[in-house]
Amino acid sequence: MNNTSHSQPGYNFAYLDEHTKRMIRRALLKAVALPGYQVPFGGREMPLPYGWGTGGIQVTAAVIGQSDCLKVIDQGADDTTNAVNIRSFFQKVTGVRTTEATREATLIQTRHRIPETPLQDGQILVFQVPIPEPLRWLEPRETETRTMHALSEYGVMHVKLFEDIVRHGRIATTYDYPVIVNGHYLMRPSPIPKFDNPKLHQSPALQLFGAGREKRVYAVPPYTDVRSLDFEDHPFAIERWSEPCALCGATESYLDEIILDDQGQRMFVCSDTEYCNTRQAEGHRGTQNSPTSVAGLAGAQA
Amino acid sequence: MSRPLLQVRGLAKRYGARIGCEGIDLDLYPGEVLCIAGESGSGKSTLLNTLAFQLQPDEGQIQYDLKDRGLTDLGTLTQAQLRELWRTDWGFVRQNPRDGLRMQVSAGANIGERLMAVGARHYGDIRGAAADWLARVEIPEERLDDAPKSFSGGMQQRLQIARNLVSRPRLVFMDEPTAGLDVSVQARFLDLLRGLAAELDLAVILVTHDLAVARLLAQRLIVMRHGRIVETGLTDQVLDDPQHPYTQLLVSSVLAA
Repeated sequence: MNNTSHSQPGYNFAYLDEHTKRMIRRALLKAVALPGYQVPFGGREMPLPYGWGTGGIQVTAAVIGQSDCLKVIDQGADDTTNAVNIRSFFQKVTGVRTTEATREATLIQTRHRIPETPLQDGQILVFQVPIPEPLRWLEPRETETRTMHALSEYGVMHVKLFEDIVRHGRIATTYDYPVIVNGHYLMRPSPIPKFDNPKLHQSPALQLFGAGREKRVYAVPPYTDVRSLDFEDHPFAIERWSEPCALCGATESYLDEIILDDQGQRMFVCSDTEYCNTRQAEGHRGTQNSPTSVAGLAGAQA
Repeated sequence: MSRPLLQVRGLAKRYGARIGCEGIDLDLYPGEVLCIAGESGSGKSTLLNTLAFQLQPDEGQIQYDLKDRGLTDLGTLTQAQLRELWRTDWGFVRQNPRDGLRMQVSAGANIGERLMAVGARHYGDIRGAAADWLARVEIPEERLDDAPKSFSGGMQQRLQIARNLVSRPRLVFMDEPTAGLDVSVQARFLDLLRGLAAELDLAVILVTHDLAVARLLAQRLIVMRHGRIVETGLTDQVLDDPQHPYTQLLVSSVLAA
């Protein structure tokens, strides 16, 4: 492979060797052909611990090319430790362009969020997955869960949601909310908030999921049906907030709660920093972001 | 009695050179309670698990009267059909409730599981059915949201019954369901079971080493030894007038109260 443009001598383009990348791409092709099906792959040791995104990084490394523009987010933010380090890792070993703008990126690796800005045709979203098996909580045997997937025997997943309603009066699962992909396979969407579940459905982007510790990849191809499980009398619903983003005034985004002091003061701000910053640059203002208070709160989101 | 619900011919299950059970022929009719008795290691549980097709038989044939197909060789069913049979038309009550229940979810969810497995998606309806079944097995309805681990042994066994009967099975397999219960709880459990079996026209195959259980529940009794059936007949007939020396020994070993 041509690896002249990157800046780390002694390493192949995108860290992994070409055989490994090809092996992962083969697994990904199978995953795309069987939406939601978990495909085993030969996971490699990566230069960071399991749980920090080794699965996502291997998938990104397998699909990234010289002309890609990479964005990395962690819980929606471009500037947290995980995001910064993975982005600089790929800068070092590929030399590709990186960006914070969702629209500019061709490849987005994410931990626990889908960007607020709608994705477009041709974009690839790579999720970091801690536990790929949605039935693990209910059935510890791998042989049994595979059979259950093969036969679409998913009634037991509803037992978990049923138990939620018994204990909390509503479906209290708020992240990693189980979905049925393309009318067949039950899938864990990785720990994204259920707020993001509707974005999985009929997304124009290719969505790839990598679990490094469990050595599984799975995928949701563009324009695939993704349905969140629910009950007829307890339909699926996303989170709502009583107030808009304190910085940009957005009412349609996923908000993080930030505790300001020990007197019970708090603010809600967009978890997607790039979305929030873009809106502020466009002149949108939230309650705590009037020109006089900007200086005091500028660091609150960092 | 028209045609049998379950028909078994020449059934054998071996573990290598050792015999699990061998030469088993039996017919079970709808609504009939059949008891398999015998000492530990006589092949009772192996036979039960083989009849339920949870162990693959090495020889012979098991035919079951499927609702839509009539008598069918279970060996010809696909895994999907077999698993559907297991969770709809059949039930299993285990000796240890930990094997038969989901201990970490509520009693209501335990009972509702089979309904959800066949596509029930209305929380209110499922919960209503669960409450109804809880009452039928004489567990107070306010325990609906409690986890089975907070239940007594007798309640756990009754919950297992409810969890299985909610899908209206025609055949229930039970492996020593009363073994862990004390005598008074056992009597109440057996009484309940006898009532439900009669009310629902339920066929039951029950394994026990306790001849009193057989006397109370079963119309027909099979006595096993070394993996073979040594005597079979009406329960009272076998217990009152045992023919085989081993059955005679078994009956005479019971302490008269």
